[in-house]
Amino acid sequence: MQIQSMFFKKRASEKLDDAILQGNMKRAKGKFVDGRAKAVAEFGVWEEVRTHAAKVRDRALANLDAYLVEFERNAVRRGAVVHWAEDAEEACAIIAGIAAKNGVRKVTKSKSMVSEEVNLNERLEAAGVQVVETDLGEYILQLAHEPPSHIVAPAVHKSKEQVAELFVRAHGKPRLTEIPAMTREAREALRDHFLTADMGISGSNFVIAETGTTLTVTNEGNADMVTTLPRIHVVITGIEKVIGTLEDFATLIRLLPRSAIGQSITNYLTLTTGVKMPGDTDGPEQMHIVLVDAGRTKLVGSDLQEMLRCIRCGACMNHCPVYQNVGGHAYGWVYPGPMGSILTPVYVGLENAGDLPNAATFCGECAVACPVKIPLPDLMRKLREQQFDRKLRPWSERMVIAAWGFTATRPALYALLSRIGARVARWMGGSEGLIHWLPGIDGWTKGRDMPAPSGRTFREMYRQKRSGASHGR
Amino acid sequence: MGARENILARIRKAQGRAGAAPTEAEMAAVREAIARHEVGPQPPFAHAPDRLAQFAKECDRTGTTLATVASERDVPAEVARYLAANGLERSLAGWGAFAGLDWAGAGIAFHNRPAAADDRTGLTGCFCAIAETGTVLLLSSPAAPKVTALLPETHVCVVRKERLLDTMEDSFALLRREVGDPPRAVFYVSGPSRTADIEQTIVIGAHGPYRVHVILI
Ligand code: SF4
Repeated sequence: MQIQSMFFKKRASEKLDDAILQGNMKRAKGKFVDGRAKAVAEFGVWEEVRTHAAKVRDRALANLDAYLVEFERNAVRRGAVVHWAEDAEEACAIIAGIAAKNGVRKVTKSKSMVSEEVNLNERLEAAGVQVVETDLGEYILQLAHEPPSHIVAPAVHKSKEQVAELFVRAHGKPRLTEIPAMTREAREALRDHFLTADMGISGSNFVIAETGTTLTVTNEGNADMVTTLPRIHVVITGIEKVIGTLEDFATLIRLLPRSAIGQSITNYLTLTTGVKMPGDTDGPEQMHIVLVDAGRTKLVGSDLQEMLRCIRCGACMNHCPVYQNVGGHAYGWVYPGPMGSILTPVYVGLENAGDLPNAATFCGECAVACPVKIPLPDLMRKLREQQFDRKLRPWSERMVIAAWGFTATRPALYALLSRIGARVARWMGGSEGLIHWLPGIDGWTKGRDMPAPSGRTFREMYRQKRSGASHGR
Repeated sequence: MGARENILARIRKAQGRAGAAPTEAEMAAVREAIARHEVGPQPPFAHAPDRLAQFAKECDRTGTTLATVASERDVPAEVARYLAANGLERSLAGWGAFAGLDWAGAGIAFHNRPAAADDRTGLTGCFCAIAETGTVLLLSSPAAPKVTALLPETHVCVVRKERLLDTMEDSFALLRREVGDPPRAVFYVSGPSRTADIEQTIVIGAHGPYRVHVILI
């Protein structure tokens, strides 16, 4: 996906003015947040399982190389070919190569965010291969030529009227008004592709070292078509997805659908290991697994390593007040919301995504919702520090922060300046006690007034209270 | 050096381990950790006092319908009842394990082959079922084609009561004991296929079956 994250501010304000989007986002928010809350409440041991989940992810990440080698050994033992790709270009070249070598003309795909990262569809299409997205949301977006705006519900920003319009153009049938009829029409359109594709491409939510297994998690069953029917199955996934055992998977899968959509389990979970076995009537003859780095090793061993625990559930964005208002496209790359505000700057460069670590109110909801306990606000703060150190923020902002730092470490000066500041601010508030304009941050005061402070500082009030209390003793 | 070597070396350097690839001792430690098959905490309802009731409750939630029969001989009659009740044609593609039952007697055309795209109903057995989530688990093999559970609009699955387990971890233990390595596909089915990709509105029957019916023996 083309990176647009440098335009976050502009795109965010466009999205705020988009009435259709605002309606779609409001509807989705309730369903995701309430659904998860209900599932968590009836679960009983949520915190215990979260803690264990973070532990099993950390265990594999702490020895990532050995877990990957063990995974590779077992996958190869079962007849899969394991490929390693350092970057997007390599990943695409490997998969385009497999397609070319096997005379592949049509590919069916189930949802894979890593394939969005590396622009795989574009690359295959350029090589003359027809690529069909089969997750309903991804299919809609492929028709619309748009990137996903959510990692679990990619077309969350679309209304049914918008979908109906796309289907009229793509399927050439009368316009539909009901969602079940639209789903049926898409099912029929895609059935034929499932049966005639030469190659299926899927992601893998985890890869299991113990058995060399990859897996898919869906409600639609499209991943099962993609990984079962074509003669070649290609898995594209990130190197951080490795876990130790099937039991680790059982722990994580109790959290994933509950966090994502409030479901206790998805309708389909499929562990795919190796190629079809002798005598099997279905399953692929070739299985290729492409393990992609593309920036992940920059997180390994860094103070942001915890981010690699992410299981891509989407809960952090569902609970983020910024995401809820601007939607996923404003973030300008594959991963939106709080998790994207960390991954995007690391994968595509902090200089290209400078606003993202700052696109937060620091309310902390994301860290509370995260099933693998990633301290998302802390990690964003670390990226802000890096921005400051690398002089990536505007000169004026850095000056203000430096001045603040200077003052805050000198208590007497701090007391004096805050006393003056509080009194000036009170005077600016006038008789209504509201400040309509503040120098330097007039963008902020354009949309709202700032309540004026009382004119006295915390320290003044604290001192008075202390002396009052001692008088009373 | 290739991508594999570069990636492994970068990981090791970043995590402060010497050398370009994991040592034998490190690999042994990983295998040891794996061999423990540590089971994490499980929710209380995963070990319900009445396993069958838990299974039934979850089936209801995921949209799987449930019927109980006394023995395998009674399966064709229950299938006939179900097909009639849903207005479905009396013809199905089924796993060979059920070919010997008296289908003709129940007025059903039984096709002993993997389901094709135009089969309306597929009949399968299962490796086991899981009460915690109302799930049936199918293992792919020459005798158990996965497509039969996937392509038709209706999936009927026969489950033996003694194969009903509490949790997914139990299913893994059973898999290791009875089969060893997982086969190509280990397929957990919990209710009919669905999507909520348009306006987060749930619609049943996305790409897989519209109906899943479990017959418990
Ligand atoms: S950061 Fe946590 S909450 Fe966000 S997608 Fe990843 S696992 Fe889910």
